[in-house]
Amino acid sequence: MTERLFPYAVAAATAVAVAFLALPVVAIFTHSSPGRLVSALGDASARDALRLSLETAAIAVAIVVLVGTPAAWLLATRRFPGRTLVITLVELPLVLPPAVAGLALLVAFGPDGLVGGGLEDAGIVLPLHTAAVVVALVFVAAPFHLRQAQAAFASLDPGPLEASRTLGAGPARTFLRVAVPAARGGLVTGAALALARALGEFGATLMFAGSLRGVTRTASLAIYDRFGTDIDGALALSAVLVAAAAALLVTVRLVGERRAAR
Amino acid sequence: MRALAALAGLALLAGCGSGGTSALTIAAASSLTGAFTECGGDARLEFGGSDDLAAQIRQGVGIDVFAAANMKLPQALAAAGKAGKPVPFATNRLVLAVPLDSRIGSIDQLADAKLVVGAASVPVGDYTRQVLARLPAARRRAIEGAIRSEEPDVKSIVGKLVTGAADAGFVYASDVVASRKLKSIALPAKLQPTVVYGISIVHDSAKARAFVASVLHGNCAGSLRKAGFGPPPG
Repeated sequence: MTERLFPYAVAAATAVAVAFLALPVVAIFTHSSPGRLVSALGDASARDALRLSLETAAIAVAIVVLVGTPAAWLLATRRFPGRTLVITLVELPLVLPPAVAGLALLVAFGPDGLVGGGLEDAGIVLPLHTAAVVVALVFVAAPFHLRQAQAAFASLDPGPLEASRTLGAGPARTFLRVAVPAARGGLVTGAALALARALGEFGATLMFAGSLRGVTRTASLAIYDRFGTDIDGALALSAVLVAAAAALLVTVRLVGERRAAR
Repeated sequence: MRALAALAGLALLAGCGSGGTSALTIAAASSLTGAFTECGGDARLEFGGSDDLAAQIRQGVGIDVFAAANMKLPQALAAAGKAGKPVPFATNRLVLAVPLDSRIGSIDQLADAKLVVGAASVPVGDYTRQVLARLPAARRRAIEGAIRSEEPDVKSIVGKLVTGAADAGFVYASDVVASRKLKSIALPAKLQPTVVYGISIVHDSAKARAFVASVLHGNCAGSLRKAGFGPPPG
């Protein structure tokens, strides 16, 4: 009985899952007419929001890749006491609620925060500035890259790494010339996932950075700002973010397939 | 057996989704959080920017009563046939809120301050713009130049002030009472906008009417006065 029903149950579950997950995304494109969506994107404030999103996300991911890649290399290749704790700590933002992240950033880097006073003395004020958006994005997006990069480095064939060292290459040269090129698939995947997360960030940005056109109002914040008064504008920006997220996922998939084919 | 359990779970979920049968769902302006939480009883309370709540009601979200920080939004919903005719139920005053130890003493000392205001779409931001529009151009520009963030609701403005992220913000007098970490600087009388809150019934029921009655002259009216809201005009 169970055996005979199983294929139908699996098919039904799949149909339900696909319909449920795809329907809201489809609705973004069908709720309003395509013409209205396109004309809503002609709005200067919508373009400001998209440009700010792109710029801050690009800077954030650059920082994440530059700092996160060597850190992931160390975490993947060294064993030291407290390693599990460190890995848990750096992965924590992955599962933190955005509101918690925003509040945490405020009480850490805000004027009354843990290190905010010191930053202020050094002339660095983050909240309500574009830099705060970048900080929020780095915080929430970094774990995506760290995880992927760590996994990529950990699964490298130790042969070429050993050979590089035996042939006299220092650890820096081995890392840059052998490890990074060999792990590039995982690194690209990590960067793409981090970029996707950064483009979608909302809560931490609103709480830590605020919302001002051209300064801190990224596309996600502009969607929320429009929700009450301009649903077409909100949908148009949403459509752009859906397209960007889809493009990044396809990138990840293609990179994965190429790696599997090798 | 497990499939049955899953089905039961799904049914339970659907039950929650439809809001049960008895609880009244009230969508209210952020600034009403304290007062309505005190007097709301077993009602399901949703607080947010009045504009966002109005948008949810337009999308057909199952809300029974809408209490907004202005008359404009519920009137627009009534005109669109999405809710009943709104009734004014409270007044409030717009003030400049600053931390207790702030040296800012008037709206003309904001030039070097980090000022946060409500977005234009949310009532508090609309009132703020009304105030600014009444100022001479030079004074207005000095204040506008200090704006560092346009927030989605009053809670978000107050949050920026109590965490020290901002130096000053335009909010309601009742928000300052509720925060306990801020003091309010009154606006000159000729700048003060008329802040009237309106309540309307979206889905009519005996419970909805009872709640509106309580807000107008019952338990909730008492909570509102205690929280610093004035009685409705007239």
